[in-house]
Amino acid sequence: MTYSTETLQRTPLHALHLELGGKMVPFAGYEMPVQYRAGILKEHLHTRQKAGLFDVSHMGQAFLAGDTAALETLTPADVAGLKEGMQRYGLLLTGAGTIKDDFMFSRLAGEKDLYLVVNAGTKDGDFAYIAEKLAGAATLIKRPDRALLALQGPMAAEVLERHSPGISDLTFMKVVRATVAGAPAIISRTGYTGEDGFEISIEGADAERVARALLGEEEVLPIGLGARDSLRLEAGLCLYGHDIDESTDPVEADLVWSIGKRRKLEPTFPNGARIMDKVVNGTARKRVGIRPDGRAPAREGTEIADKSGRIIGRVTSGGFGPSLNAPVAMGYVESGFAADGTAIDLIVRGTAMPATVVPMPFVPHNYRRPKQVSKEL
Amino acid sequence: MSEVRYTDQHEWIRLDGDEATVGITKYAAEALGDVVFVEVPQVGKAVKAGGEAAVVESVKAASDIYAPASGTVSAANDALAAEPSKVNDDPEGGGWFFKLKDVSMDEFGKLMDEGTYKKFLETL
Repeated sequence: MTYSTETLQRTPLHALHLELGGKMVPFAGYEMPVQYRAGILKEHLHTRQKAGLFDVSHMGQAFLAGDTAALETLTPADVAGLKEGMQRYGLLLTGAGTIKDDFMFSRLAGEKDLYLVVNAGTKDGDFAYIAEKLAGAATLIKRPDRALLALQGPMAAEVLERHSPGISDLTFMKVVRATVAGAPAIISRTGYTGEDGFEISIEGADAERVARALLGEEEVLPIGLGARDSLRLEAGLCLYGHDIDESTDPVEADLVWSIGKRRKLEPTFPNGARIMDKVVNGTARKRVGIRPDGRAPAREGTEIADKSGRIIGRVTSGGFGPSLNAPVAMGYVESGFAADGTAIDLIVRGTAMPATVVPMPFVPHNYRRPKQVSKEL
Repeated sequence: MSEVRYTDQHEWIRLDGDEATVGITKYAAEALGDVVFVEVPQVGKAVKAGGEAAVVESVKAASDIYAPASGTVSAANDALAAEPSKVNDDPEGGGWFFKLKDVSMDEFGKLMDEGTYKKFLETL
């Protein structure tokens, strides 16, 4: 996708990005930092070792008011069963049951509305779709006035605790209204790096002050889109528009875990019966993790072949994993080649490079789950 | 006496006697960011001016390195396989990519000298 520079939008942190030496690039209609002065490798490793601050204000935030359970007509996630103070991952489906987007939804304690966060590049389409499909049952209230920061890494909790006392008690996938550096915020213990961390929704007017407070801590570096991508890839997490899109369904994408237990028994989501049939009987192709045996990265679009040279799939995300110091990729292969340990070839610049199908994540997740094993997750 | 020339694709070529060394400029190395993989050509390969000769990959993307002038690959910097960051640390020295023999002097002579390349950078 290309965007002309005149139409690019800016987040409330635009001036701060420039001050921090951010290398600005067009992304999803916004002018965003791909990296800062430290560079992608250092930013990536720093996030895994200490803490990184990400501006994700370009993502779409909204509240859904009214009969929020009606959202179940568009997602296979369990919306009605979401307890207060919890956030959950869901897939927004097209009428055909393919993936229109992936999103997070939260039920804040004592509040009736659902709080939604959707992807930047799809937000206009998602919001129009939800508003139209749920018309009469629920109302969507867009919140473009809000900024969103992510503080990720093993030291994120001790850093945020200094600006939001008590917040480190929150466990993975929990969400709360709190204040950070004096600003009212919605804070969840979530993220998209595979590390422990938080996502912090605040008023746009408070964004720069909060960001400066967090960046003032010695453990924290600003992190750009480049490291955000390599971190989520190592964590085995899908990037919408690449690993999942309107041509993939939840089963092929290996996201069946996001279908609620109750929803599986009574699949009232789009194309539910067909999707549940695939859950039981399998799909023609499957999203898998791939480790090239050599050093050459295999980028998005790289063809995947079996050992006889027949094309069996395509890489949807691929690059270099700084924490592994090795190339990593994910992509779709014919289901017969999806088993862990399967030897495949990646066609890089016309040459077959040996690779292996491996389980994901590539780098173990480091989430702060509650001490007792919770059935919520 | 060695003589250095530059391309508008930000490769440098340094002629020492009858052998030339090729790499990417400091400007290119900074624009690419952290280099994580380099593919150098095989010794003996004939390359044409402007033709793909090597590949350099940063965390974000892969870029082709073009031969500044036609010639035959006489050496390749195999050390870059183990230490691709040399391209960032010393792009115009230890981060060289390959050497050429039988260099087309005609093509070499048409490339930018240092002063012209510096002026070219100012226009970017």
